[in-house]
Amino acid sequence: MKMHLFFTFVDILEKRRCSSDLGHALRTYSPSPYEGAPSCSTADLNKAVLESQYLRYVTKETGSSGEDVRQEVCRILEEMSQNLQLGSIRLMAYTLTKVLKRLFTGIFVNMEGLNMLQQAIQESPVILMPNHRSYVDFLVISYILFTYDIPLPVIAAGIPLAGMKMVGEILRRSGAFFIRRAIGSDKLYWAVLSEYVKTIVRKGCAPLEFYVEGLRSRTLKSLMPKLGMMHMVLEPYFKGEVYDITLVPISISYDRVLEESLLAHELLGIPKPKESTTGLLKATKVLQEDYGNMHVNFGRPMSVRRLCQGKINRCQYNLIPRDLPQKPSAETQACVSGLANLMVRIQEEGSLISPWSLMACLLLQAPTTVLTQEGLLWHQLTEKTLWLRKLALDFGAHLNWPGQVPDLDVMSSTVTLHRSVVHLKAGRVYLVREEEPVRKHPISPELDVIRTAAAVLMLASYRNQSLHVFVRPCHARSDELFAFFWFLRDIFSNEFIFIPGKSSQDFEEACFLLNKCGAVDISEQEVIVSDARLEVLSFLQALLQPFIHSYQVMFRYLCEDGGNVFTEKQVLPAVRNRATKLILSGELHTYEALSSDTQKNGLSALQRLKTVTKLRE
Amino acid sequence: MPKYTKPPSHLQEILKWNGWGYSDTRFLFNKKGQAEFTGKRYRLSGMIIPALQNWFEGTFGASVQHKSPAMPILTSSAVQPPTLNEAFVDELKSTGIPCSHDAEDRVFRGHGHCLHEVFALREGKVGRVPDIVVWPNCHNDVVKIVELACKHNVCLIPYGGGTSVSSALECPPEETRCIVSLDTSQMNRILWIDEKNLTAHVEAGIVGQELERLLNESGYCTGHEPDSMEFSSLGGWVATRASGMKKNIYGNIEDLVVHVKMVTPQGVIEKGCQCPRMSTGPDIHHFIMGSEGTLGVVTEVTMKIRPMPEYQKYGSVVFPNFEQGVACLREVAKQRCAPASIRLMDNEQFKFGHALKPQVSSIFTSFLDGLKKFYITKFKGFDPDRLCVATLLFEGDREKVLQHEKQVYDIAAKFGGLAAGEDNGQRGYMLTFVIAYLRDLGMDYYVIGESFETSVPWDRVLDICRNVKARIIQECKDKGVQFSPLSTCRVTQTYDAGACVYFYFAFNYRGLSDPVHVYEQVEHAAREEILANGGSLSHHHGVGKLRKEWMRETISDVGMGMLKSVKNYVDPKNIFGNRNLI
Repeated sequence: MKMHLFFTFVDILEKRRCSSDLGHALRTYSPSPYEGAPSCSTADLNKAVLESQYLRYVTKETGSSGEDVRQEVCRILEEMSQNLQLGSIRLMAYTLTKVLKRLFTGIFVNMEGLNMLQQAIQESPVILMPNHRSYVDFLVISYILFTYDIPLPVIAAGIPLAGMKMVGEILRRSGAFFIRRAIGSDKLYWAVLSEYVKTIVRKGCAPLEFYVEGLRSRTLKSLMPKLGMMHMVLEPYFKGEVYDITLVPISISYDRVLEESLLAHELLGIPKPKESTTGLLKATKVLQEDYGNMHVNFGRPMSVRRLCQGKINRCQYNLIPRDLPQKPSAETQACVSGLANLMVRIQEEGSLISPWSLMACLLLQAPTTVLTQEGLLWHQLTEKTLWLRKLALDFGAHLNWPGQVPDLDVMSSTVTLHRSVVHLKAGRVYLVREEEPVRKHPISPELDVIRTAAAVLMLASYRNQSLHVFVRPCHARSDELFAFFWFLRDIFSNEFIFIPGKSSQDFEEACFLLNKCGAVDISEQEVIVSDARLEVLSFLQALLQPFIHSYQVMFRYLCEDGGNVFTEKQVLPAVRNRATKLILSGELHTYEALSSDTQKNGLSALQRLKTVTKLRE
Repeated sequence: MPKYTKPPSHLQEILKWNGWGYSDTRFLFNKKGQAEFTGKRYRLSGMIIPALQNWFEGTFGASVQHKSPAMPILTSSAVQPPTLNEAFVDELKSTGIPCSHDAEDRVFRGHGHCLHEVFALREGKVGRVPDIVVWPNCHNDVVKIVELACKHNVCLIPYGGGTSVSSALECPPEETRCIVSLDTSQMNRILWIDEKNLTAHVEAGIVGQELERLLNESGYCTGHEPDSMEFSSLGGWVATRASGMKKNIYGNIEDLVVHVKMVTPQGVIEKGCQCPRMSTGPDIHHFIMGSEGTLGVVTEVTMKIRPMPEYQKYGSVVFPNFEQGVACLREVAKQRCAPASIRLMDNEQFKFGHALKPQVSSIFTSFLDGLKKFYITKFKGFDPDRLCVATLLFEGDREKVLQHEKQVYDIAAKFGGLAAGEDNGQRGYMLTFVIAYLRDLGMDYYVIGESFETSVPWDRVLDICRNVKARIIQECKDKGVQFSPLSTCRVTQTYDAGACVYFYFAFNYRGLSDPVHVYEQVEHAAREEILANGGSLSHHHGVGKLRKEWMRETISDVGMGMLKSVKNYVDPKNIFGNRNLI
């Protein structure tokens, strides 16, 4: 058992290592569901959706014949619907025990959070909102809930998973329901999906689990929340169809992410392999490696009713049938977006920062050539890491730093765990680059840049795990006043999570934290940099530098070479080329400018600020 | 001081001054701890109710050992001396219309039956009350009184049966003029019955049970039976837009009224004929109905009457759960085959009803009860913690009643409903009349409570019931109420487009320093919840002063303006100054 400030984390694998996996899978499972109601069957659920008044309205709008639409709805439901079955859960539990034990040293779960969840599930429909950092997340929540006798969730999943032979069906039977990727303007599909989700919430058949970030974060940094699903989930409360809904933010933190190298390559424009069963089997080589610990932090259950107090006038639905398809009001949209961002912020706050993430922050601040060639002095890195640990604690981060082990041992075992990214030799730390097959000709400088970039981006991902701790103070750095803070916050609001409409609070928080760690003195009117603690400010500045430089590359390209009209498909490789050239010529120092994620975020920011507009084809 | 004369008959003498109903009728826990209902007026009177104590203690965490008794008598010193407008009083005296400024008479007419009103009386606390009570004997007396009131600028508050639950009878504390309570109780005659058109012309002070009794003597009835009909008056029904239990056959007050006469500061308002329907601009009756005493005094009403029904039959249906019950009521409304009355109680109220069963006289009855219970819970598999019951009342000629009964039971069966006998049905309706007495019992033992109502579209009935009940429980918890409250509801009326829902809520207030304030906060929150769930501000209790704050959002700015401009024209000096409604 480990203590982290307020949390008591328990390693759920510990018991599995000393008792029978089969016994666990076959354990008596009798959770107490919401309102004591028996869970509704797949068939009941689908029928309720099919016969809903809402779909009848939508059918009329489409103008096609009722029977055609009905058949189409049935097809969609067949593709979408989950088919949660206890038998499959047992199978899943058995398999997962085997896999998880092999992958992880421990899976730590906070018991207070679980206890509160157990209580909450009996009182109102519960929405489980984990962050999504790895495919491993997918069934881990179900696995934990199964172990602790809590009703199993139905889980929103991307349709590619459904296409996997066998696996798709197993997931479906473990509670997954599948959502197409680009739904676009397919009104009927939207309607079926939203009615499906709303029915689950309304009936409280099972807790609903979905990723508010929409997809797996390729950068391990929180993504701007997607609002579609959030709308569907909250609407039953807005319309009075349920008394309340409970949101449970869940933060999953990994010491080491299985997909680390895949992700970095994806960011460099090398497509991810399609989800397939054979692909999964091939990937079994990842099972040979050690991935350290996984932390699953169940957040405090939050009442939507309380969160929405004063933000939503529920009377707005009094004058029209509640089933009538309608655009949400501006007030509703603002409320939903606020809640979605809040959830991601809480996920961030609840995640545990590993020593490795702190080290990654610092490693990235060294010039890349130092990391690849002469190496960074180990003692310099360790000293700085200990300094950063204190700063992170000052900023309120939850650290996952083992207490009983000497600090130096913690850091060196961390480096060992991450030998795929760095290695320690003769008191110096080096960046590990992918080994190239032996060739006759030396590889081109461009390819070499990609090699380095892949390693840098992996490192950047781990830095990103703790970015949220520093991001507010980063923006308020040095002598910049609120206006500058506001500007940066605005530019980067696709990059980092800020709750809309809370900029003053964020600014206050930033000033407070900087003041707390002694970096600045705040008087009535002024913020004065204290010379003694320039260290903090220069660290923060350097932390943000890669993003600023990357955005600059992007913006400069658009101004100079982009022309007036361009497509996203053209821009990304073009910007990447330009960045590669700049790196080679020594003008640009950050390899992160090569990341497609950063580029996309920059483009979205410009769009949001109306500097760039999207034309419809 | 001028001399006053009181009228001969005084309902006040047989009613409680600080609680509900007749002085001789009350619930109490006897020395053995068993509940008893005293008096001789009701079917339940004189009986022992063995299960009530257990239910009461179990539901509220209360104890029959912990009493919170009321002040037995009113001390006159608690009542402020009257503010008299001498010139008005002198002229009034010269008309010979009876009046009084006795403390008791004034206090009796200074309140309705909201919880805070009764709670204060039990503690012997009296706020602003009317300064004089007058008892006009007929329409012309009222005309004279209103003329004098205008001449001398005194404030008039009409008083009928005193059963208001909207703070409508409370004297506005900011009123500095002399306040005159105009008690219509002496205007209680049926002036004529028109058998050709089936109408009766009645003075507005008559109370419901008297009106029915007198009409029954001639073989007629109005069929208008609000739960308060023992005490509430015809004028009060018109002024608040009352609704009767049997509205499915007879209609609500707006359907029953053919002609109304109202005395206002501008003169008398009435229509020039007694026609069944007219297309003559907005119906002026709708300025009168629901005016809550802000425009004038209703003095005479022509009402529809019906021959007394040949046959009446009670009935009841048990449903596995409330959802099924509501679905059944909705279907009954859809098929437009609702019996005279159909009401659906939720599970908590079903249990409450059971706790009120009197001691059974024979082993056979108790054996039958046991058998019924076994059949429903064990054989039919109904969960005793989920099942709910609908009570029914059929009226008409025998053959049609039986036919109608079958139709309704057939529909019920489709929703899993099982016929549960006449007895349960009848007891359900009897409870309506004794439930107000139970509140007084609660208040003797640290339990306070109240009921309130709303109307709501069909598709929202279940949602509003669940959400309002849950809100009450949550608010009580948040406000520091130590024991979980009783929070229950029933659907009491069905319409084509929706239903009327009644909520009951009560809690044990031990440990709270200001229980009435807590109570009011919870009720306020519950009303907000009702409105947020698409319910109305009131189905039939009216707005009074208790619900005024929500009027604007209920009827829009323009609507408020329209009401205000009518008020300004009819009563520019605010003679009818009870400040209800707007």
